[in-house]
Amino acid sequence: MSNKYTEDDLREELKTKEYEYGFYTDIESETFPVGLNEDIVRAISKKKEEPEWMTQWRLEAFKIWKEMTEPEWANVHYEKPDFQAISYYSAPNSKPKYDSIDEVDPELLATFEKLGISLDEQKKLAGVAMDVVVDSVSVATTFKKTLAEKGIIFMSISEAIQEHPELVKKYIGTVVPQKDNFYAALNSAVFSDGSFCYIPKGVRCPMELSTYFRINQAGTGQFERTLVIADEGSYVSYLEGCTAPSRDENQLHAAVVELIALDDAEIKYSTVQNWYPGNAEGKGGVYNFVTKRGLCETNSKISWTQVETGSAVTWKYPSCVLKGDNSVGEFYSIAVTNNYQQADTGTKMIHLGKNTKSTIISKGISAGKSQNSYRGLVQISSRAENARNFSQCDSLLMGNDCGAHTFPYIEVKNKSAQIEHEATTSKIGEDQIFYCNQRGIDTEKAIALIVNGFSKEVLNKLPMEFAVEAQKLLEISLEGSVG
Amino acid sequence: MLKIKNLHASVEDKAILRGIDLEVKPGEVHAIMGPNGSGKSTLASVVAGKEEYEVDKGEISLDGEDIEELSAEERAHKGVFMSFQYPVEIPGVSVTNFMKTAINETRKAKGLDDMPANEMLKMIREKSELLEIDRKFLSRSLNEGFSGGEKKRNEIFQMAMLEPKLAILDETDSGLDIDALRIVANGVNKLKSKDNAVIVITHYQRLLDYIVPDYVHVLYDGRIVKSGTKELAHELEEKGYDWIKEEVNA
Repeated sequence: MSNKYTEDDLREELKTKEYEYGFYTDIESETFPVGLNEDIVRAISKKKEEPEWMTQWRLEAFKIWKEMTEPEWANVHYEKPDFQAISYYSAPNSKPKYDSIDEVDPELLATFEKLGISLDEQKKLAGVAMDVVVDSVSVATTFKKTLAEKGIIFMSISEAIQEHPELVKKYIGTVVPQKDNFYAALNSAVFSDGSFCYIPKGVRCPMELSTYFRINQAGTGQFERTLVIADEGSYVSYLEGCTAPSRDENQLHAAVVELIALDDAEIKYSTVQNWYPGNAEGKGGVYNFVTKRGLCETNSKISWTQVETGSAVTWKYPSCVLKGDNSVGEFYSIAVTNNYQQADTGTKMIHLGKNTKSTIISKGISAGKSQNSYRGLVQISSRAENARNFSQCDSLLMGNDCGAHTFPYIEVKNKSAQIEHEATTSKIGEDQIFYCNQRGIDTEKAIALIVNGFSKEVLNKLPMEFAVEAQKLLEISLEGSVG
Repeated sequence: MLKIKNLHASVEDKAILRGIDLEVKPGEVHAIMGPNGSGKSTLASVVAGKEEYEVDKGEISLDGEDIEELSAEERAHKGVFMSFQYPVEIPGVSVTNFMKTAINETRKAKGLDDMPANEMLKMIREKSELLEIDRKFLSRSLNEGFSGGEKKRNEIFQMAMLEPKLAILDETDSGLDIDALRIVANGVNKLKSKDNAVIVITHYQRLLDYIVPDYVHVLYDGRIVKSGTKELAHELEEKGYDWIKEEVNA
């Protein structure tokens, strides 16, 4: 079934070489003046009617950020953004909060439709609740009631700061502190909105929680903040998908995601990232500098699954701090780069507790003139008895002008650790293509088939509805990369 | 069915085929033999439409239609199948998935809808039984970790699934022990009919004990220098290729 969907849709989409979501919705927006200073930070906080502690937290972050410099160690090259030329807040004008979809700006609904995520459709899609973030402010949250019955809190982080300040205050910045890195500090100072999720003790979230992020205003940075807390013995699967409209100037995206899995809890966090990658000449595209990290308490588990096909520059290392004994961290990643895209992505698995286990499966696919780097750290602390890690990094190259790089770092301070690392690099060969051609499969389809096969271990980790979209994205992303 | 007229082909400006004439009719089995480097595999690749090979002169037609301008997949859609000497691996793609894609792409080219799943399953069951293939094998990644015999059996399974008009078996016997050879040959024999044709490319005569050809052609230095019946194959087996070379060079 899913295969059929993929093929038909792909054919249609391959006809247009333009980035399919490259349109711009004309919604009246309120945008702050460009630049960043204490007043802007205060203004953001005020605009969002935040309590004083939040304002102070932001200001603290801003102070730290001012002293920091943008990191340069990643294997990416780009013109650094002028942080004083960015507007740090933009929200759809009349801060809409609707009970029914009919009240939502029709233009916005049209945007959703183009994205293929019409709320009506989503509502019908069993098991998926949507918290849609358009330009920083949540405009629609569905399925809230069903979730509320189980005591699950799923709302924008702005709302959570108002309604559940004790939870936000307790956990925000505990996994990714303000001073963690340049972009995390910036995000902490100016984060516009994002999602908040709390699963109470022993509750298994009955549906996949899903958020769509979207950049819409020209020249507006996007600073999402996500906080997911799975209380003891709970389970949640969280989906995050991104699309962005076509823009000529570079757009900055510096998100922070913090996951907290308390004892015996499990969080599955899946991302399909499809920001605008720039055009075939390397012009435009999103800078995606993201800090994602999860904290695992005793017997808990965090799985990161990501399909990264977009952005001009990606800097992203979803990580797990395996603090509790017997905790498990997983990272499954597919990163596709084409044309002039650059990706430096991977994970950090920090083993602190005893009998902690981590698995890393990274699949990098490079085409065109792109550069694709895996960067990973496996760290076993001295008290992490019997820690185990398995890492597998596979690279697939298409053509002769792209690059694949692997930077695995391993630090072991406990002799009982067992660490395995495997790496392969392969190339889609003309003989593979000819073999497919000879069986009646054209080159475009052959590449899709080979890439899907290569990525299968990771695609299999995605929830069904995401896997279909991800497969489609892989194919679109590599369109025109051979021949 | 297949008509090749005065075919000249080269790869990277090196002439390999220097004037091939060959006609294959429905229901026939032709064997093409010859020493290493004589152009046997090139002939197979050129008929199948491999891009690296340049047709410099001559004609290839299938059922009266010129095919030398067609892409490899278009030729496949018209019923040309080639069993590879070295089948490639495609990790993560199961034999079943590969076949499903191949069949549906061919159907699409003909303006047909995808084959319904139950029909596909039925076909897979029938063909795997016919060729005595364990169906567990079909969920493995295509050719990945397959033994030499498994690879060749898989090629014949694909032939069975795609039901080609013209099957070209390129050195299908290479790397096979006698048991595997027998299984593969039996498969081909079961798939033979009065409507399709087979070209067997081989260096040795032994495969022809199992797949009995109607005609045997000897390829040398890019030309068919001798044609005959299956007795010619036996003669080659006994005497080797030197006498052919001497005859040609005389």
